[in-house]
Amino acid sequence: MIAEIGLAALWLAAALAVLQLAGGLAALRAGENSDLAALTRPAAVLQGGLVAISFAMLLWLFAITDLSVKLVAMNSHTAKPLIFKLSGAWGNHEGSMLLWVTVMALAGALIAGIERRLPEKTMQATLAAQGFVALGFYAFLLLSSNPFERLPEPVIEGLGLNPLLQDIGLALHPPTLYFGYVGLSVAFSFAVGALLTRNVTPDFARAMRPWILGAWVFLTLGITAGSYWAYYELGWGGYWFWDPVENASLMPWLAATALLHSASVLASRDALRVWTIMLGVVAFSMSMLGTFLVRSGILTSVHAFAVDPERGSFILILLGLYIGGALLLFALRAGTISEGERFSIASREGALVVNNVMLSAILAVVLLGTLYPLLTEAFDVRVSVGPPYFNPVSAVFVFPMLAVMAVGPLLRWRRDSWSRISREMALTGALLLVALVIFGVVSQVALLPLLGLSFAIALGVASFLPLRGRNLRRVPIAVWGMVMAHFGVAVALLGMASESAFSTERLAALAEGERTSVGPWAVELQAVEPIAGPNWTAMAARMAVSYDDGEPIEIAPQSRNFWAPAQQTTESVLVTRWNGQLYAVVGSSSNDGRWQVRLWWKPLVTLIWYGGLLVALGGILALIGRVRTDLKRRAAVRKGAARRLEMEKVS
Amino acid sequence: MRALFALLAIMIAMPVAAQQSVPPAPYAYRQLDDPVQEAEAQELMETLRCLKCQSQSIADSDAPMAGDMRHQVRIRIASGDSPEQVRGWLVERYGDYVSYEPVLSARTWPLFAVPAILVLVAGLLFWRRFRRRA
Amino acid sequence: MSWRLWVPLLLFSGFLGLAGYQLTQPKDDVVESRMVGRELPYFTLPPASLDRPGVDSRDFYDGRPKLLNIWASWCLPCIAEAPQLEALKEQGVEIVGVAIRDEPVDVMRFLTQHGNPYTRIGRDDLSEVQLGIGSSGVPETFVIDGKGVIRYQHIGDIREEHVPVLLEELRKAES
Repeated sequence: MIAEIGLAALWLAAALAVLQLAGGLAALRAGENSDLAALTRPAAVLQGGLVAISFAMLLWLFAITDLSVKLVAMNSHTAKPLIFKLSGAWGNHEGSMLLWVTVMALAGALIAGIERRLPEKTMQATLAAQGFVALGFYAFLLLSSNPFERLPEPVIEGLGLNPLLQDIGLALHPPTLYFGYVGLSVAFSFAVGALLTRNVTPDFARAMRPWILGAWVFLTLGITAGSYWAYYELGWGGYWFWDPVENASLMPWLAATALLHSASVLASRDALRVWTIMLGVVAFSMSMLGTFLVRSGILTSVHAFAVDPERGSFILILLGLYIGGALLLFALRAGTISEGERFSIASREGALVVNNVMLSAILAVVLLGTLYPLLTEAFDVRVSVGPPYFNPVSAVFVFPMLAVMAVGPLLRWRRDSWSRISREMALTGALLLVALVIFGVVSQVALLPLLGLSFAIALGVASFLPLRGRNLRRVPIAVWGMVMAHFGVAVALLGMASESAFSTERLAALAEGERTSVGPWAVELQAVEPIAGPNWTAMAARMAVSYDDGEPIEIAPQSRNFWAPAQQTTESVLVTRWNGQLYAVVGSSSNDGRWQVRLWWKPLVTLIWYGGLLVALGGILALIGRVRTDLKRRAAVRKGAARRLEMEKVS
Repeated sequence: MRALFALLAIMIAMPVAAQQSVPPAPYAYRQLDDPVQEAEAQELMETLRCLKCQSQSIADSDAPMAGDMRHQVRIRIASGDSPEQVRGWLVERYGDYVSYEPVLSARTWPLFAVPAILVLVAGLLFWRRFRRRA
Repeated sequence: MSWRLWVPLLLFSGFLGLAGYQLTQPKDDVVESRMVGRELPYFTLPPASLDRPGVDSRDFYDGRPKLLNIWASWCLPCIAEAPQLEALKEQGVEIVGVAIRDEPVDVMRFLTQHGNPYTRIGRDDLSEVQLGIGSSGVPETFVIDGKGVIRYQHIGDIREEHVPVLLEELRKAES
């Protein structure tokens, strides 16, 4: 019964999406006062409620482990802890699609419910676009990926008890990315709505901005967490591999970052209209593209998730309809939208334009490198594009962008002069130069890490310069957000460059009682002992590690053998100090009783993820700041209207 | 995310690679004594593709074949080959696929042409947009 | 100005076409050897079992084409292809085995269970021969002509339908 309620709610929601689309289109044709148009907003709100019910039903099914439902039988097990039963609901293709569309419909309900800044016609068009996008996902779910499908016979026990997948990080990671993708889909709908009604205004950018910011925060968190995870889980100390799946998560982030900055130009200065629209379309297409690449298995990646060519074709069709349609609209309409205000290069807008162009170029490079193997495979040529390509080629655009990032926030809107900020520029330049000399000449660091270290230090200081001479208590929250995010970029960059420049590695075969060292660490393998877990046995290597002859710390990395399903994993141990991490892994034993030990000392490596968190925190602050300003403005408008009404009455 | 996929991959790959009792190749998990050569080997290994795992470099894979490839790389570097000679030796056998570092060729020129065009377009854009008043 | 607005759509259509085409293509994850048409590298392998000699690259210069089978006792598809290797042996084909990362005990057990079609079995603990001839997995089978030149590579286990193909390639290698 529960599954049927869920399915019925989903069908009803789909029907309401049709109504929402029809209402929006009616508003475009017959004007926003037509009868059908009056139904658009209620349809969106109701639809959000229905999908939420549908998703709640799926959660319920997983909570009670209803084994007559195929999805539950395939992905859950009665013996799982409740939290992992629930996370199992979205740890699979069908459930994750339902989660996606749920978040999307709730977002649609929210804008239908509260967003009243824009002209009603534009809002109707936006909601029509939103309904259209949601409709595609409903079709996908209902026609080819029904999460509520029943089995002819209930099974006795579910299949999903893989302990490796019962990880709180794995449970939370996918929703984080979906929230990000959905935020971008809202931005996309706004862009389409604005294109349809040729109404690209600062208000449009302000309406869109919280969604971009939210999406961006989630994407930042998702990438940061995913990277840390790969780092500690895979056992080789790498944190970013330029793998297609990773690139698929990076590309929407790059596009969202560019969109964020161009939207703020549009909001403050009514410039970059066409460009902002374009980025709105691109950002969402990157998240759809990522989903397509990951799920269709089209790229050579063993990391493909829920691979199925049929799903691949479905996503590709959706991608074609959404993005192809939007780009067609763009080609037809964008010519009639004027560019907006002009400005000089020595201005905030000028710097933001440079930043946007650089981000777009990086996005293009990542996209090209990711898709290029696909292109050559069509001609039966197989090539690999990896870090030796992505690192230097993206660096060509990254470093100029960082330079602009250091200076841009100091500039005033519209027109400014370089001489006004010459002292700050000199300070930043001097820092950069000193760092280049110290690391380049004295420590002989290779070019890319050298640039990374130097730019990180210069930018780290420069990112606080916008606060100079201001009363810190009166600085708007959004400005704090910007400072924090830019500083976070510098921090993460410092971590990456330091990891690359100063890491040391030690591979050793140790007998019990033997010692080795890595960087400033002395390591002694004391004993290797077998231990057993609920469904695994492991060899745990007890090691005493001491930093710089200090007090030894005991650690015990493991080499684990699971028996059902049979697989071997390494459980690395990380010892974190303020200035870096020791990374210890134990492998197999050789015939002479020695154990393979892999050790790394990675100075400042944790800054990579702290930086990511700072960036996300900056985004959150900016979001709070923007929403608060919006609420204040809204209250002021309401008060003004009330006063006007009173005045009219009086007169 | 990547960890999840790697785990899935291990699960899929496991039945095929049942227990292998032979210990890994000598230089699969052992560094060269000369730190300069080891650094060269390490840098090279990070740019070579593990053929069994498809989307990892041989420097971060526990697959036995990746270990054997690391062994080959290290002994060849130790015997005085340059990293590019070792890469060439592998490319001769497996084609460009084995190397993550695309080299300029008839098959890969767009990888280098596009960024160059991007630089030009960006330059042109700034010049046209801002030449009027700076 | 206006033609530029069409560029994104054009690029996107290109991607759609490419992705759509690739979706219809069977996904093949094999890495082909570039050594086909070239001479075997020099190698000497010690025997992997007690009743067969080891393998030397010079064994392939006796004028008669042979199959070089890369396999291992720990590899499941190798069990699947054992009957086909047996059938090829029945047809008078000389099959030389190279066991990858394998202990003689395991090799012997495998051969008693699944038959021994090999005239020689070399023990390749370091995948030296495998890497040397551009093979990227087990099992793989190479046709080597009488002058030590690799003429054909078969990737994966040999199914029944592959037997005539291999026989044909061996015949071609004769000339």
